[in-house]
Amino acid sequence: MNSVRSSEGEALLIGGASQGQAAGLLASPALLRLLSIVLFAAIWEVAGRVPVSFAFPTFSDTAVAFFGLVADGSLPKAYVSTLQPLVLGVVLSALLGVGIGTLCGLSRAGEWLLVPVFIVLQAAPVAAFIPLVTFVYGIGLTAKTLAVMILALPVIVLNTYKAVRNVNGSLLLMCRSFLGTRRQEITRIVLPDASPVIFAGLRLGVAAGFVGVVLAELLITPTGIGDLITFHRSRADYAEMYATIASIIALSTLTLVALQWLETRVFRPEKRGR
Amino acid sequence: MRPATREKLHSLPVDDTIVAVRGVDKSYGSTEALRGIELDFPRGRLTSLLGPSGCGKTTLLKIVAGLLDADKGTVMVDGKAVSGPGPERAFVFQDFALLPWATVLRNVAFGLELRGVPRGERDETARRYVAEVGLSGFEQKYPHELSGGMRQRVGLARALCVDADVLLLDEPFSAVDEQNRRKFQEDLIRLRNTQNKTFIFVTHSIEEAVYISDRIVLLSPRPGRVSQIIEPAIDRSGDPERIRRDRHYLDTVEEIWQGLKQYVD
Repeated sequence: MNSVRSSEGEALLIGGASQGQAAGLLASPALLRLLSIVLFAAIWEVAGRVPVSFAFPTFSDTAVAFFGLVADGSLPKAYVSTLQPLVLGVVLSALLGVGIGTLCGLSRAGEWLLVPVFIVLQAAPVAAFIPLVTFVYGIGLTAKTLAVMILALPVIVLNTYKAVRNVNGSLLLMCRSFLGTRRQEITRIVLPDASPVIFAGLRLGVAAGFVGVVLAELLITPTGIGDLITFHRSRADYAEMYATIASIIALSTLTLVALQWLETRVFRPEKRGR
Repeated sequence: MRPATREKLHSLPVDDTIVAVRGVDKSYGSTEALRGIELDFPRGRLTSLLGPSGCGKTTLLKIVAGLLDADKGTVMVDGKAVSGPGPERAFVFQDFALLPWATVLRNVAFGLELRGVPRGERDETARRYVAEVGLSGFEQKYPHELSGGMRQRVGLARALCVDADVLLLDEPFSAVDEQNRRKFQEDLIRLRNTQNKTFIFVTHSIEEAVYISDRIVLLSPRPGRVSQIIEPAIDRSGDPERIRRDRHYLDTVEEIWQGLKQYVD
């Protein structure tokens, strides 16, 4: 029904006077986003040509290097190895984090026992724990997954906890007055009401997870993306190094956008198109 | 025109009482909110709880709803003591308490959803009550797309939808603008005539109470106690606009105001 309405709107816009067209194009958010990316690439290109530093490649060199890395298979291979601890760590952090956070928000005991631990973890420079993790769990998948989790988990737990704790009391009362059970209260009031803040935590957690996996690959064992960055730096292939870094930034951004899409689509439909 | 029949404290038992409040006390810490409340609410009538702020009217309504526990005394609904919310009572909230992420239709059907009524059936019932409160065509809208008055209509439809015998309304129009409030009051009179339900209505507006109520319970503050029960003898069968010009309506408003004046600080 929504799509029908918007396509009608577009038809009207196209049929409208041409003087309004330029303003209409500028107002389109997709186009503005594209424009900002193009502008960024242009500035990068200029800065690379000046050059800012001999170690700073132009945008075009980086783009060429990127396709070279994809073509020779080294980038896809690196991602296969990086994505394993990343996806595992992020998914586990999301499930555990929302679960623990909800528990802490709902029960006093959970709050007293667990919240201080995560506050300390969030405040600590957790990268310092990574050598410790290596010491205990070696250099395999477990250690890297743990590195992702110690970075991602605290912010997810704490956001979920705060959101659940500050749930709208009037909605809870309403649910009780209409004979909702405790379980219904949690699934139909607490979680949907808390979902915007939970998702804000998930976005921060996922971003931290990317930091964790790259750190682990730079500090624990040179594999995947971390290895590719180190390798090209050591050979002074700066274009390749930048292409690798840019690719992981792009992936992280796309993941966050997808998460936002999921949130409005599944949990808060009223925010769609606002 | 017949003068208002006035009853003293501890009104005589009515033949058909649906809600009975017996010796209810309630304190918040050292503040005494209610003391020794004895009240009978007649079936099928609209009774208002009226009083200045701090008289415990909302507290009393929440105790009747089972959302608050009394320190002492009992509330009986159809002869059974209340120990929590029940299917025979439905609440309309001052702040609407609508789910912002749910459409009007889902909000109206929410009580039935919690009771496990299948989707098709509850949507059909909800559609009927959405129409009843005059919101047809808004079923797929979200609360933030509605005005305050329309939001409270959703709240009312939700309460009607669960088919409770007693509707408890906690200052339902206080967050609604004046024009909408008048329209809503007229609709409430119509609903009272067609729905065959008992309404218990909390308000701080004297005009509103006299306009819509069969019976007005005046509460005095600190501690909240029943000070007077008034039954305005106003004919509500005709044009609802006429009531506001009715001499008896105006006299009753004036009388209540004279009685309440002493509590205003």
